[in-house]
Amino acid sequence: MSSNLDALYRRVIMDHYKNPRNRGILEDGSHTINMNNPTCGDRIQLTLKVEDGIVVDAKQEGEGCSISMSSASMMTQAIKGKKIEDALKLSKIFSDMMQGKEVDDDIDLGDIEALQGVAKFPARIKCATLAWKAMEKSLKEENQD
Amino acid sequence: MNIQDIRKLFPILDQEVNGKPLVYLDSSATSQKPVQVIETLDRYYREYNSNVHRGVHTLGTRATDAYEGAREKVRKFINAKSIQEVIFTRGTTTSLNTVAASYGAANLKEGDEIVITYMEHHSNIIPWQQIAKRTGAQLKYIPLQEDGTISLDDVRVTITPNTKIVSVMQVSNVLGVINPVKEIAKIAHENGAIMVVDGAQSAPHMNIDVQDLDCDFLAFSGHKMCGPTGIGVLYGKKHLLEKMEPVEFGGEMIDFVELYESTWKELPWKFEGGTPIIAGAIGLGAAIDFLNEVGLDNIVEHEHKLAAYALEKMSTVEGITIYGPHDPTKRAGLVTFNLSDVHPHDVATVLDAEGIAVRAGHHCAQPLMRWLKASATARASFYLYNTEEDIDKLVEGLVKTKEYFSDVF
Repeated sequence: MSSNLDALYRRVIMDHYKNPRNRGILEDGSHTINMNNPTCGDRIQLTLKVEDGIVVDAKQEGEGCSISMSSASMMTQAIKGKKIEDALKLSKIFSDMMQGKEVDDDIDLGDIEALQGVAKFPARIKCATLAWKAMEKSLKEENQD
Repeated sequence: MNIQDIRKLFPILDQEVNGKPLVYLDSSATSQKPVQVIETLDRYYREYNSNVHRGVHTLGTRATDAYEGAREKVRKFINAKSIQEVIFTRGTTTSLNTVAASYGAANLKEGDEIVITYMEHHSNIIPWQQIAKRTGAQLKYIPLQEDGTISLDDVRVTITPNTKIVSVMQVSNVLGVINPVKEIAKIAHENGAIMVVDGAQSAPHMNIDVQDLDCDFLAFSGHKMCGPTGIGVLYGKKHLLEKMEPVEFGGEMIDFVELYESTWKELPWKFEGGTPIIAGAIGLGAAIDFLNEVGLDNIVEHEHKLAAYALEKMSTVEGITIYGPHDPTKRAGLVTFNLSDVHPHDVATVLDAEGIAVRAGHHCAQPLMRWLKASATARASFYLYNTEEDIDKLVEGLVKTKEYFSDVF
């Protein structure tokens, strides 16, 4: 199979797809948000627990393709313990990455970096950004409160 | 018909996608266009682009003749009694919305019923949901059999003397089943209801005779039958259309305009507000000429062969689930499926890397997806230009997809 596909379906992505992190619903969460991708039927439910401006816990649940589900898994992993503004900053970096923009080398993206290949598959970018949009939406509402 | 000759008429098919020859298996979403249609559009814009039904200049007359000529081609294509029964719209969705917003609004009241099926496309669900909410009518669903077909016994139970409108797709864009719309129309009429047929997936692929079906309305789109996007048809029985109010006002549809009152043109123009879809209609006319030249019967036979071949070959792929009836005589030229442990998006992406275009998603039929207990599926759909070789490549692609995903895990 083509190397292009290998750039999309990296091993770490498949690992998150098969073994999703933070799967489930936070019973004591402060934020719940549901988001769909109406063009394809993917959906995610994200629950966050925010205390003193810090995302202390995050869980995700939903159904969708390997890209959307692994992205949700990685996203919850990445924002746990972060301040709201840092989580939102990360979301901006992720969005830039999906648009194929250069990402600052100094920032340690961890597993998320593996999703870089998605930028070359325009039809799949929406899959990767679904969970991030959900996170952004619920935390932005928090910031406005 | 010689498929290789037909393929030469579709320039888009002769290209490589991701370094592989294109295998286009998404005609249920939109069909490709033959040179006849492309050249007709080109000629219209180069030689006689002009507004219709107004002015006296020569180009205007040519455009009007071509536009109205296309209407006559559509009339013959579906065997309507008169061109007054053929309305050009933007597509199936607009046609169905027009029936709901005009006929529905005027004829529904609390306690009345609208009957559709579980397999409908969103465009044949939501207009009825909306008009049901506005009028207090109740929306009812004909259930599906285990294999995705409709039983006439269920139709007889669901349609009652309170039913005013029955609206059913003739061919399912997901299950591929061909619904007995003629028999359903009979039951609807026995109960005093009108019958609406969503022909989006049938008009491109089979002979339709509205007088034989005895449907009251028929909706279909040009772009799925070798025509351009943005053009569709609403057929309606004259006596019903005559009593209906337009839903769009201004432009082409007016007769006399006073300061506080206006009157409408006669049929079919009273439903064609604004500058009509002139190029689209002329392009659709060219598509109909093309389909007639090939012969709808030949297309039907070819697609049946492809469907049977696809069902047989695809069934051999390990872990595949095929939706809808497995009896090829019960279905049209499309196969909806899932591979175990691989999401349909991922299937479609891997196939795309092989140059194979299939659809993945909910196919604008979310209630049906829930009935199938699938959040999404993949679909391969065929048209007159597809070959058994295309299906062989699809099957190879599916096997590779399975292998690819079992390797990475």
